[in-house]
Amino acid sequence: MIQQEFARAGAYNPIGGMGVMMFGPTLLEYGTEDQKMEHIPPICRGDLQWCQGFSEPGAGSDLASLQTRAEDKGDHYLINGQKIWTSGAQYADWCFCLVRTDTSKKHEGISFVLFTMRQPGVEVRPIKLIAGNSPFCETFLTDAKALKKDLVGPLNGGWTIAKRLLQHERSGLSGAGGGGGFGAAKPLPKLAKDYVGEDADGRLSDSDLRTRIIMNEIDGRAFQQTAVRAMQEAKGNSGPSAATSIMKNAGTRWMQDKAELTLEIMGHQGLGWEGDTFTAEELGAVRGWLGGKATTIYGGSQEVQNNIISKRILGLPDLTQNN
Amino acid sequence: MAVLNEEQSMLRDAAKSWVQEKSPVTAFRKMRDSGTPLGYDADAWNEQAEMGWAGVIIPEDFGGSNFGYLSLGLILEEMGRTLTASPLLASGLAAASALILGGNDAQKGEWLPKIADGSLVATLAVDEGAHHAPEKVATKAEKAGAGYKITGKKTFVLEGPAAGLFIVSARTSGGAGDKDGISLFLVKADDAGVTKQNLKLADSRGASNVEFNGAAGELLGEEGKGYPVLEKTLDRARAGVCAEMLGAAVQAFETTLDYLKVRVQFGQVIGSFQALQHRAAKMFTDLELARSAVEAALQAIDADSPDVPELVSLAKAKMGDTFHLVSNEMVQMHGGIGMTDAHDAGFYLKRARAAEATFGSQSYHRDRYARIQGY
Repeated sequence: MIQQEFARAGAYNPIGGMGVMMFGPTLLEYGTEDQKMEHIPPICRGDLQWCQGFSEPGAGSDLASLQTRAEDKGDHYLINGQKIWTSGAQYADWCFCLVRTDTSKKHEGISFVLFTMRQPGVEVRPIKLIAGNSPFCETFLTDAKALKKDLVGPLNGGWTIAKRLLQHERSGLSGAGGGGGFGAAKPLPKLAKDYVGEDADGRLSDSDLRTRIIMNEIDGRAFQQTAVRAMQEAKGNSGPSAATSIMKNAGTRWMQDKAELTLEIMGHQGLGWEGDTFTAEELGAVRGWLGGKATTIYGGSQEVQNNIISKRILGLPDLTQNN
Repeated sequence: MAVLNEEQSMLRDAAKSWVQEKSPVTAFRKMRDSGTPLGYDADAWNEQAEMGWAGVIIPEDFGGSNFGYLSLGLILEEMGRTLTASPLLASGLAAASALILGGNDAQKGEWLPKIADGSLVATLAVDEGAHHAPEKVATKAEKAGAGYKITGKKTFVLEGPAAGLFIVSARTSGGAGDKDGISLFLVKADDAGVTKQNLKLADSRGASNVEFNGAAGELLGEEGKGYPVLEKTLDRARAGVCAEMLGAAVQAFETTLDYLKVRVQFGQVIGSFQALQHRAAKMFTDLELARSAVEAALQAIDADSPDVPELVSLAKAKMGDTFHLVSNEMVQMHGGIGMTDAHDAGFYLKRARAAEATFGSQSYHRDRYARIQGY
C-alpha cells in the first residue's frame, strides 16, 4: 500500500531496498534469535543498507554454479571471489552473500553469510549501463571476512535460503505491489492523444498504434486483476508461492511493451538523450525504456522463470544438466 | 542476396573491407564518447567521399558515378553493420535524390558536384511534428523579388548540425494537410534567417530542429507541385534507411549468435537450449524476409518502377519490425552483459528505434501500404 501511494503521487519511495524487501523477511524466517536482534532493528530504522552478493560473471541464470570460496578460519570465514550485478553495492553497509563452502557438490555446497562492506577485502566498481546510470556494481572479494556468527542457516544449507529470498525478490520485481513501472507516468491513451491526435469520434488517429495500445492496456488490467486475486488467495497461506514466477514474466512483459509504446507515441521526441529540446518526461521515457530492459534479465531471467513454470508448475521434464 | 553485377560486387567488397578495417563499432564508440556535435567522424566521412560513395546515385555529368540505389544500398548495409555514423544517407542519398528529381540543370550543376565530392552536406527539412507526416506543412513561402522568404519550424532534420544546405518543404498555397500547394526550396544554412538547434539523441547521431525566419529560398521544381517530388525523394531515403537497418540487424543477429555458441550456463552452451534455438531461427527467418523486401525496393527504384511506393512501405514496415525484434533479443540473449554500456548491444538497440522512426514508423508504412492497395 505504501508503494502504491508513493507511485500514485509520482513520488520516489524511500522505503524499500534489499534489507526491507528481501533480506529482512528471509532472516526472520531462517535466522537465529541473536541474528534477528542484531540485524532486523537497523533495517526497520533505515539505518543500514544491504546489498545482495549472488550473481557472478560465470553464474547468472545458473546461479548455483557460483565459485566464490569461503574458507573456515576458526572464528571467521575468509572469502575470495567476484560478485557482479551487486545493486547499490557502492552505497551498501552490509552484504548478504552466497559462498561456496564445499566444492564437491553444487547446490549442497553453498552457504549464506553476512559481512560488512566496510572492510579492506571488499572492492566495489560501479558498472555503467545502457541507460547511462550505474545502479549495479562489480564486487571483488579478496580475503574479505565474514564472522562465524553471521552464517545464516546450516553450513552448506544456503541454497534453500537463497531460493526463498529470490521469491521475495521476484514478487517485488513483478510490480505486484502496483508501485512498479518505468517510463511515462501518464496513461498511454492520454499520452497518445497528446502526441498523435484523435479523429472526430475521439479515437486515436493512428489505428494501428491504437490497437497495440489497447492490447497493452488489457494486459495491464489483467495483470493487476491477477495480482489482486493472488493476494486474496495468499491470505489463506503464509507468503509468496510459485505463482510469483508467473507474476514476474507477466509484469515485466507488460511494462516493457508499455515503455516501447511510450517511445513510439512520442515519435521523434521519444529519441532524446539529453538537452532542452526534450521535456523531462520525454527524456525519462527513453532512460526508463532502456533501464527496463534489465527487468527480464535480473532476478531470474524471463527464460529461467519460464523454466520454473514448465518444470514446477506444468510438470514438464527438465533436460538441462541442472546438478 | 540480390544478384550483383561486377561494379556492384566491387563496390560492396570495397565497402565491406573499409568498414571492417576503418570503421568498426569501436570507432562509433569513440565518436560518441568524443561528444562531437556533428554526430559523425569528419575524417571517416572524407574517406567515404574520396572513395566516391557520396556520388553513387549522382549522374556522371554532375560528378557522380550513377551506379544506382541498389549499389548505394550495399554500401549503407555494410556501414550499418558497424553503426558507422555518416551523412551519406541524408546528403548523398536523400538530398541528392531531391535535386536529381526536382532540380533544373543550373541547380544540379551548382549543388550535385559538391554533394558528390563530400564538400557539402545537404539534407531534407520536411517534418514539423513529433511524427513523420510530409503532407502536414505549415511552413510558409512568400514571394520576395526573384525568390521566396521561408518561415516555419522543421523537426528532426538529419545531419542538421553539419548541413550547409537544406531542402525545405513549404506551403505556397492550400491548408495545413493539403498535398497541393507544397513546394520545395533550397535554403542555405548560413542564411541569416536560419537558426539550428542541435538535438542530443540516444543513438548519438547528428540531427537538429531548424527554424526558418524569412530565410531566402530558391524554388526547386514547380511551385505548388512539390509533393510528388517529395514523396519520390522520401521513398528513396526510406529505402536507404532500410539498407542501413538491414546491415545493423544482420550484425546484431550474428553477434548474438556468436554469444549463444560460447556462453556456458548449466554446464552447456546456452545455444544448446531449444528455447533459444527457436528464437534464433525465427530471427533468421525474419531477416531473410526483410532482406528480400529491402533489395526489391532498391531494385524497383533503379528500374523506376511504378510500384516503388508500395515496395518501399513494405520494406520499411518489415525491416523496422525485424530490427526491433533483433535489437531487443540482442540485449535479452546477452543477459546482464548486454545491459552494460561497455557492450555494443545498447548501441544497436538505440539505433534501431531512431531508424524505425526515421521517415515513417512501421505503423505509418503499414497504413500507407494499405492505402496504396486500396483498403
